[in-house]
Amino acid sequence: MALLEVEDLVVEFPTRRGPLVAVDGVSFTIEPGEVLGMVGESGAGKSLTGMAIIGLLEPPGRIARGCVRLEGRRIDDLPPEAMRRIRGRKIGAIFQDPLTSLNPLYTIGRQLQETIRTHLDLDARAARERAIGLLREVGIPAPERRIEAYPHELSGGMRQRVVIALALAAEPALVVADEPTTALDVSIQAQIVQLLKRLCREHRTAVLLVTHDMGVIAETADRVAVLYAGRLVELGPVEAVIRRPRHPYTQGLMGAIPRIGVRGGRLVQIEGAMPRLDAIPPGCAFHPRCPRAFERCRHARPEPSAVGPGHTAACWRRLEEADA
Amino acid sequence: MSTPPLVEVEGLARRFDVSRPWLARLLLREPRRFLHAVAGVDFVIPRGTTMALVGESGCGKSTVARLLVGLLAPSAGRIRFDGTELDLARDRRAFAPVRRRLQMIFQDPYASLNPRWRVADIVAEPLDAFGLVRDRAERRERVAELLRQVGLSPTDGAKYPHEFSGGQRQRISIARALAGRPEFLVADEPTSALDVSVQAQILNLVKDLQERLGLTYLLISHNLAVVSLMADQVGVMYLGRIVELAPAGELFARPRHPYTRLLLDTVPDLEMRRRERTPVAGEVPSPIDPPPGCAFHPRCPWANARCRAERPRPLPVGAARVACHAVEEGRLPDREGQGPRVPH
Repeated sequence: MALLEVEDLVVEFPTRRGPLVAVDGVSFTIEPGEVLGMVGESGAGKSLTGMAIIGLLEPPGRIARGCVRLEGRRIDDLPPEAMRRIRGRKIGAIFQDPLTSLNPLYTIGRQLQETIRTHLDLDARAARERAIGLLREVGIPAPERRIEAYPHELSGGMRQRVVIALALAAEPALVVADEPTTALDVSIQAQIVQLLKRLCREHRTAVLLVTHDMGVIAETADRVAVLYAGRLVELGPVEAVIRRPRHPYTQGLMGAIPRIGVRGGRLVQIEGAMPRLDAIPPGCAFHPRCPRAFERCRHARPEPSAVGPGHTAACWRRLEEADA
Repeated sequence: MSTPPLVEVEGLARRFDVSRPWLARLLLREPRRFLHAVAGVDFVIPRGTTMALVGESGCGKSTVARLLVGLLAPSAGRIRFDGTELDLARDRRAFAPVRRRLQMIFQDPYASLNPRWRVADIVAEPLDAFGLVRDRAERRERVAELLRQVGLSPTDGAKYPHEFSGGQRQRISIARALAGRPEFLVADEPTSALDVSVQAQILNLVKDLQERLGLTYLLISHNLAVVSLMADQVGVMYLGRIVELAPAGELFARPRHPYTRLLLDTVPDLEMRRRERTPVAGEVPSPIDPPPGCAFHPRCPWANARCRAERPRPLPVGAARVACHAVEEGRLPDREGQGPRVPH
C-alpha cells in the first residue's frame, strides 16, 4: 500500500470574482521510503500541494475537492487538533527559511525536547538524550553544548540542520520539505541535500521534496512530478523525466537550465510566462507557449496518460504519437 | 595592435568600519574594528567581453560591483575605465563624464523600479538626467526603441511596474540601463530572483545585446552554470580576495584552487551520474575576523603549516592566476573539471 495517496486534489482561493484554482486535480502516490520530487516554477502550485497535505493551507485557501490519505486513512478532513497530532508524529515538515521554523525565544534543545515529548513517551532525561543524539546525527558539532544555543547563535546552515532534526524527531513516515536548500549558500546546499538523503535512507522516511531546482531533484529524488499552472503535466522515474522528458513544458524547462561545460550556446527559450491564476487558458494550460500545440490543445484538457513504465504525461501530442 | 582593455582594476580594496560607538570603545578599551569586504583585487576586462565574479554570500563580489560603478568609494587601489582613472574618494565630479558609460542592473526587479512611475518615465530617467534628448518627441521615440530592444512593446511604457512579471521587470531595468548608450554594464545576480524559464529568456537577451551593441559586462553570480554559459573570464572570490582568475574554458576544464574545486563539486549534477558527493565541511568564516594565512585553510583538505601562517599571493599557473600554496608547490593532485571536455 502506498504511504501517501493524493487523489484529484483541488486547492482554491475564493475571491469576489469567483474561485481561483491554484492546484487543479493533482493525483500522485508516495511509497514508504521513497523520495518524490515536486518541481515547477513560482505559482505552479507545488508549495500549496505540500501545504494541503500537511494541513497548513493559509485561509482563505482551501481544499475544494479530492482527498489525501496517509497509510490508507483519510487526513484532509480531520479536525485541526487531530491533524496537529499527525503533523510531527507521522509527517514532519521542513521549510525554506529555518529562522521562521524555529522559535527565537527558546533554546534549540528546549524546542527539540518539546517536540520529542509531545509525540513520544519519554521522560525529560531520555528526551534530552534523544535531542543530543539527533543533533549529532544531523552533523552539529559539540551537540552537548549546542543544545543550549538559541537559533540566532547558529549559522543558516546549522539552523537548517536543527530544523531537519526537529522534523525527524518523532520518526515520522513522511517528511514534506519545501525548498529546504533555497535560502542557503551553494556549498551549504550540497551539505544539506546529502544530509537529507542519508537520513531518509537510514530511517526509511519518505520525502515529498518541493523545489524549483531540477539539480536538487536529479541528485535526490526517485521520482519526479512536474507542475504547471496548478496541474500535473508529467510524472515519472527521475532518470526518465530528466533524460527523456515527454511533455513539451518539461522539455523546455530542461533546455532552459544552463549547464557547466556547455559554453557559448543559447538556452532553449520558452516564450511568454506562466499564466496568472485568473487567466488560465482553456484546454491545455500550456498551449499558448507550446511549440507543438494544435487545435485539440486549445479546447480540450489532456489528462495524464502512460508514456513509459511508471511515466505519465498530460499532452495530446503524446497520445497522438502513442496511437500512431 | 590590440585595443586597450575597457576596465582595469588594480589592488582594489574596500573596508567597512564596524566598530562600536566611540564611548563604548573607550570604556571597553576596544580598538576600531574593520570588515575587509574586498582586498587586493586585480583584473582586466577587455572590450566586448564578459568577466564574471563568483563566490558565496559575503565573499565581496557585490562590493566589487558597487565600487566599479561608483556607488562606493574604494579604500585603496585603482579603477581605470577606458584609460581614465576613476577616483571617487578624491573627486566625485571626476566621475561624471564616465558615469553615463557604465550602468548597473540589480538583482531584485521588484525593488529596483519605482512603483509610482510609469515604465516610460523609468526608462527615460537616464535620458533626462544626462540631457540626452532635445524634446518630448525624441524622448518618446527613444523610449519606444529601448523597450523594443529588450523585447517589450512601446505601448508598455504607459503601464506601471506592478503590471509586469519578474522577468518583464528585469527587461525594464535593462532598458533603463541601456538608455544612456553605455559601454560597460555591471549585472549583480541579474537572474537570481527569476524562474529558470524566465532566466533563460533574460540570459539570451543579455547575450544578444552584447553581440548587437558590443557591450562589456561584469557579471556577479553565485551560479556556476550561469557563469559558464555567459563568461569569457572568471574570478572566484573567497572572503574578499580573488583566489583564482582564469579564462572560463580553462577554469571549468581544469579548476586549480581547492575552493574552485569545492564550488564545482557543489553544483548538482543534471547528467544523473549520481556520484556520492563528499561536500567539504564547514562554512565561510566571518570576514571581520578572517583566519590568518590563507583564509580558506580551515576548510581546505590540503592545508599545512605554511597555509595557516602565510597568505598566498596570486601566481600565474598556465592561463590562470591562482593564490594557493598547495598549487604553487605542486602538492595538489590534478583534477578534471565537470561536463564535456573542451575540444582540443
